Amino acid sequence: MMSLQKKLKHCVNEIKEQGETEAKAIQIGSKDRSKKRVEASCFVSMEVGRKMANMLGTDHDLNFKETELCLGLPGGIAVVAAGNETESSSSPKTNGKRGFSETVDLKLNLQSKESTMDLNKNLDDNGSKEKSGSAKDPAKPPAKAQVVGWPPVRSYRKNIMANQKNSSEESGNSGAALVKVSMDGAPYLRKVDLKMYKSYQELSDALAKMFSSFTMGNYGPQGMIDFMNESKLMDLLNSSDYVPSYEDKDGDWMLVGDVPWQMFVDSCKRLRIMKGSEAIGLAPRAMEKCKSRA
Amino acid sequence: MSEQMSDDDERQQSPPSDLDFASNKARTCIVTGSVSGHTEFQSPYPDQVLENVLENVLHFLTSRRDRNTASLVCKSWYRVEALTRSELFIGNCYAVSPARATARFTRVRALHLKGRPRFADFNLMPPDWGAHFNPWVLAFAKACPWLEKVYLKRMSVTDDDLATLAESFLGFKELVLVCCDGFGTSGLSIFVSKCRQLKVLDLIESEVSDDETDWILCFPEGESHLESLIFDCVEYPINFEALERLVARSPSLKKLKLNRYVSIGQLYRLMVQAPQLTHLGTGSFSPSEIAGQGDQEPDYVTAFAACKSLVCLSGFREIIPDYLPAIYPICANLTSLNFSYANITAEQLKPIISNCHKLQVFWVLDSICDEGLQAVAATCKELRELRVFPVDAREDSDGPVSEVGFQAISEGCRKLQSILYFCQRMTNAAVIAMSRNCPDLVVFRLCIMGRHRPDHVTGEPMDDGFGAIVMNCKKLTRLAVSGLLTDKAFDYIGRYGKLVRTLSVAFAGDSDMALKYVLEGCPQLQKLEIRDSPFGDAALCSGLHHYYNMRFLWMSSCRLTHQGCQQIARAMPRLVVEVIRSADEEEMDVCVQTLYMYRSLEGPRNDAPKFVTIL
Repeated sequence: MMSLQKKLKHCVNEIKEQGETEAKAIQIGSKDRSKKRVEASCFVSMEVGRKMANMLGTDHDLNFKETELCLGLPGGIAVVAAGNETESSSSPKTNGKRGFSETVDLKLNLQSKESTMDLNKNLDDNGSKEKSGSAKDPAKPPAKAQVVGWPPVRSYRKNIMANQKNSSEESGNSGAALVKVSMDGAPYLRKVDLKMYKSYQELSDALAKMFSSFTMGNYGPQGMIDFMNESKLMDLLNSSDYVPSYEDKDGDWMLVGDVPWQMFVDSCKRLRIMKGSEAIGLAPRAMEKCKSRA
Repeated sequence: MSEQMSDDDERQQSPPSDLDFASNKARTCIVTGSVSGHTEFQSPYPDQVLENVLENVLHFLTSRRDRNTASLVCKSWYRVEALTRSELFIGNCYAVSPARATARFTRVRALHLKGRPRFADFNLMPPDWGAHFNPWVLAFAKACPWLEKVYLKRMSVTDDDLATLAESFLGFKELVLVCCDGFGTSGLSIFVSKCRQLKVLDLIESEVSDDETDWILCFPEGESHLESLIFDCVEYPINFEALERLVARSPSLKKLKLNRYVSIGQLYRLMVQAPQLTHLGTGSFSPSEIAGQGDQEPDYVTAFAACKSLVCLSGFREIIPDYLPAIYPICANLTSLNFSYANITAEQLKPIISNCHKLQVFWVLDSICDEGLQAVAATCKELRELRVFPVDAREDSDGPVSEVGFQAISEGCRKLQSILYFCQRMTNAAVIAMSRNCPDLVVFRLCIMGRHRPDHVTGEPMDDGFGAIVMNCKKLTRLAVSGLLTDKAFDYIGRYGKLVRTLSVAFAGDSDMALKYVLEGCPQLQKLEIRDSPFGDAALCSGLHHYYNMRFLWMSSCRLTHQGCQQIARAMPRLVVEVIRSADEEEMDVCVQTLYMYRSLEGPRNDAPKFVTIL
């Protein structure tokens, strides 16, 4: 079990580094950030998926700590760049975004990914073309082909809604990325502007200061748990110490620290500092997401 | 009479004052009963007296329907009515030519024209179909240079047309363009710089191209007469400093609707200049990117509180909900609130809406969910018009609103007159409930976004729901149906929808009988637009008795053939029967993709594009 843990940890670090540098490289000087983000997340998540699959084959007894492997965004961003979808990630999808990630070879350079992305984007944007059927929910009939001019909403309005969505994702809208921060047991909520911070460390410090009055001071001088410190994470999750989690655009609750910082800022809708023992509930779901993508 | 005035000189500035002269004479004649010593006075013959009197009386007739009726009484009335009509409404710009219109109505001050059919908004027709403003502006420039107001809907207006408007009509005061296109900022620049008397410039849901000219800067210096400036549809940045100066020198400004390039900080500066505003479109309602973190935020609440006359609020194009509390001070006064571009939740809506007791018009996105609608129903007892638009306008998206919110509205807002509701699920029970709770309904437009979707509880078609609407809402004039509908629904409409003037049908009905029911049963039907329904030539023929009474009939993706349409065209010479195909189709198919037909005094138009065939 230990060897598996070590392997996974190594894998995680590798991927994280890879992912972050990739993501950064993509984002620097990139105009179409949402598109790039998709590529980054797909790229990284695919890596994870593949490696995870290999690991899982060997040993089933996994450590919760390793659940932070999974780079959270469940393909939600892929959808957004491609069109106006807001599907929840409740079940494995068979529509365009997943197919695209399956067909893309990990070793592909950015160029070809872009062209694949564009294809998807065109497909979805042009309302008169057919989308591949997908079942969000087994009880619903498969998605119908989108028909021209139906529902009868003027393109003027449709364009505005699409623009709003895009600009809010690109985090270029306004100067603030205000998110509510709640802490289990605290009497009231606080708000932080994620744009004020450049890294998880900065955010961690700020949150620690914010909520220091509520903590029991059980974890030493830094007050708040340093959630970037993996070796402590394990104890954390099993203890009554606090762990920050966040709700992403799809409405899923993830552990903070999984994704590159900028990606986190763009997708985080609200923060919740929950007790470590409750955070365990997050981990298996994150695991499942990795599995489904493998 | 008229030889006394030198018409030619005065023609440029004001209409011939025959009217005033004639009425004076009439009065003198009738009251004193004697001929005065006035050298210019001539004894009017009896018909003349009648006409003079009539002119005075008809002056007061404003409703165009009444005027149309009056004009049919006799030739004398026809003449006089034509002389006294100051506002000319033409519901289909191809029904009558500009020459004919200017020949009959010589003293028109306001022109209201409608062009493209409504279904063109949904990409059901290639662009460049027609509806050009150009022949109209040229004709009126020659014949009615005292025209002051132009209101256009779904027409193509070029920059040259705007220049002509500004140059040929010296006293021009109001321009309203709704769903128009074909012009850009350079046309606007010329227009605003030359229209010195301009009071109203409203650009509503129109497409304005960016020629990179600063049109705001082109407003003339000095005090402006502007009362209304609406440009929320302009998708390019504007010169804010110039706008600020313009607002500062427009003391009569009552309506101002900004586009999304105006930040909330800039909005503040404008509101401070213009606390007399009654209608405000807030622009983006979010801070600009340049604003720093630590900058002092202006006191938005006070700015809103100072606008004591504000009754209509819209905008919120890129809303940051944190700023919503700024509008609390004016909620109690609002009669109209448009949140239809603001993706807000029920929780964010509740504190606002709970204060809007006077609200009569409310447009919103379905992001507020049934819960938000329940909050509306709880407070807005004066609500007359509700429109709920979808954030995600696709057939298979999640539906945050349903029959639950719909029913809540019907129970809370008993005075409802007009509703437009997009949803994914509906029940007959809820629609029936609304038909009973809201008997004043005049406009009922329900769009169940999934095609052919039945009542999601019973699995039944939606026939009974719509049937109840036409049965119980005795004032109903406009109806749009959706969901799974059989011929039975149309039977109801034909039987009970006696006042229905506009009917929109999509993906409905089983057979020709449905269309027959409607064409035979609805005597007031003026505008019928149908798409993707199984109606064929036989059904089309059943309306021959009625087509001259209608403004238009649109049928796309139905079961019409060329032969069938040809038959209609032959039987009815005053009907223009257009067969429209998609732009890339070369040949004429046996099956007709789109039929658009309308009554017209002019015969086939000469500006039809290649993809239109007039039978």
